[in-house]
Amino acid sequence: MNIKAKIIDQEGMNRTLTRLAHEILERNKGTKNLVLIGMRTRGEFISRRLLEKIREIDHSEPPYGVLDITLYRDDFRKRLKQPQVSVTNITFDINEKDVILIDDVLYTGRTVRSALDALMDLGRPSTIQLCVLVDRGHRELPIRADFIGKNIPTSFNEEVKVKMKEIDDEDAVYLIDISKE
Amino acid sequence: MPLSSRHLLGLQGVPKEDIQLILDTAVTFREVLERPIKKVPTLQGKTIVNLFFENSTRTRISFELAQKRLSADTINFSTSTSSTKKGETFKDTVKNIEAMKVDMIVVRHASAGVPQFLTRISNANIINAGDGAHEHPTQALLDMYSIREKFGRLEGLKVCIVGDIAHSRVALSNIFGLKAMGAHVSLCGPATMIPRDIEKLGVKVIHDIDEAIRENDVLNVLRIQLERQAGALFPSLREYHNYFGITSERLEKNGRDIVILHPGPINRGVEISSEVADGPYQIILDQVTNGVAVRMAVLYLLGTLNKADGR
Repeated sequence: MNIKAKIIDQEGMNRTLTRLAHEILERNKGTKNLVLIGMRTRGEFISRRLLEKIREIDHSEPPYGVLDITLYRDDFRKRLKQPQVSVTNITFDINEKDVILIDDVLYTGRTVRSALDALMDLGRPSTIQLCVLVDRGHRELPIRADFIGKNIPTSFNEEVKVKMKEIDDEDAVYLIDISKE
Repeated sequence: MPLSSRHLLGLQGVPKEDIQLILDTAVTFREVLERPIKKVPTLQGKTIVNLFFENSTRTRISFELAQKRLSADTINFSTSTSSTKKGETFKDTVKNIEAMKVDMIVVRHASAGVPQFLTRISNANIINAGDGAHEHPTQALLDMYSIREKFGRLEGLKVCIVGDIAHSRVALSNIFGLKAMGAHVSLCGPATMIPRDIEKLGVKVIHDIDEAIRENDVLNVLRIQLERQAGALFPSLREYHNYFGITSERLEKNGRDIVILHPGPINRGVEISSEVADGPYQIILDQVTNGVAVRMAVLYLLGTLNKADGR
């Protein structure tokens, strides 16, 4: 891994997530109609952390679920490897709810498009709001995030790697140079 | 890791990892079946033909439903309405269907080896939906899925297959699959229905149904194929029921919890009593639901397999 820069460290991530939790609560005036849905893999952990923050700040606990979008992806025929599916775990009704869809990095927008399709098959939410830890630009679809942890303008030769303690050994966001790989 | 083969012809020789992958993937599709919209766009643009040269209700419907829920385009072919009646050969029929650019073929045929033969004359992914008395891999996979769902594991479980083993493709696929997953397999039925030297496959043969109930965690009760050979292999259906039929008295007498599977259609009062077929031990209807999920998993894994992957 050819690291160019460490953009967010552990403290930075903690602060960013606190701010995002505040923004979500402010825009939605609390958690009354809110549900949190994290996208596998790292979006799941970010959403869990946001849930904890919301619990601390607002003393409330919106329903929380995990979405796997593999079955909705449009790129499996281009890829070399067969995509591995895992289970979507949303045990509550999302009809007429304000869904906060959470992912780690927003890039082309194709993953989010797949997630929107998947959510529509689960019900008809009132609103879907997108929350991402990092927006790295280069959108290929007309999609934007409602809540952004950090904007990181990147080139095509760069990659943003989010690390989370739950599955990696640290909390951090790195900018990686992939031109030499 | 992708599947190691681009066809599903049977479970003989299929590695444990492949079976594990299919069963794990089916868990995802089981979840899809519980959604308000039970459909995903995964196989959009893929064309699948169901070639059924032998009658089938549940397997064909289950496959068709699985394909539709993955958004594939499906064509159904059955001999009764096809040009095979006009004398067209099997090979020509397949070649013509292939020329219509199909991606996958699900085939059922009364002759063993037809799916294997298809792999030589077609470029499509071939899925065996039952070939003669040879194999019926998706049925065995859904049986294994249902057992795993009930017990949380397959390894170390004791499973007894009861009935007409000699004429059963379900039995053979189950033996191969369960053995690969580390289960202990035994067979129970009249001597006339147990193939000679079957022990070579690493299975135990029991001729006493009470012993089978006492010794096992699961009974997979096969259908007596009335239309094929019933009369010749045992004196009467009543006698078969008396000696090998699963009844609630028998289950109570041998006093233990047991899980009962049946691939259907059930001959009530022959291999299984109505009371048992509708009772607390059976998971027969779970098998039917799980069948759709397992077939979705197989179609998904083969349909998304890169041409470079798998043999």
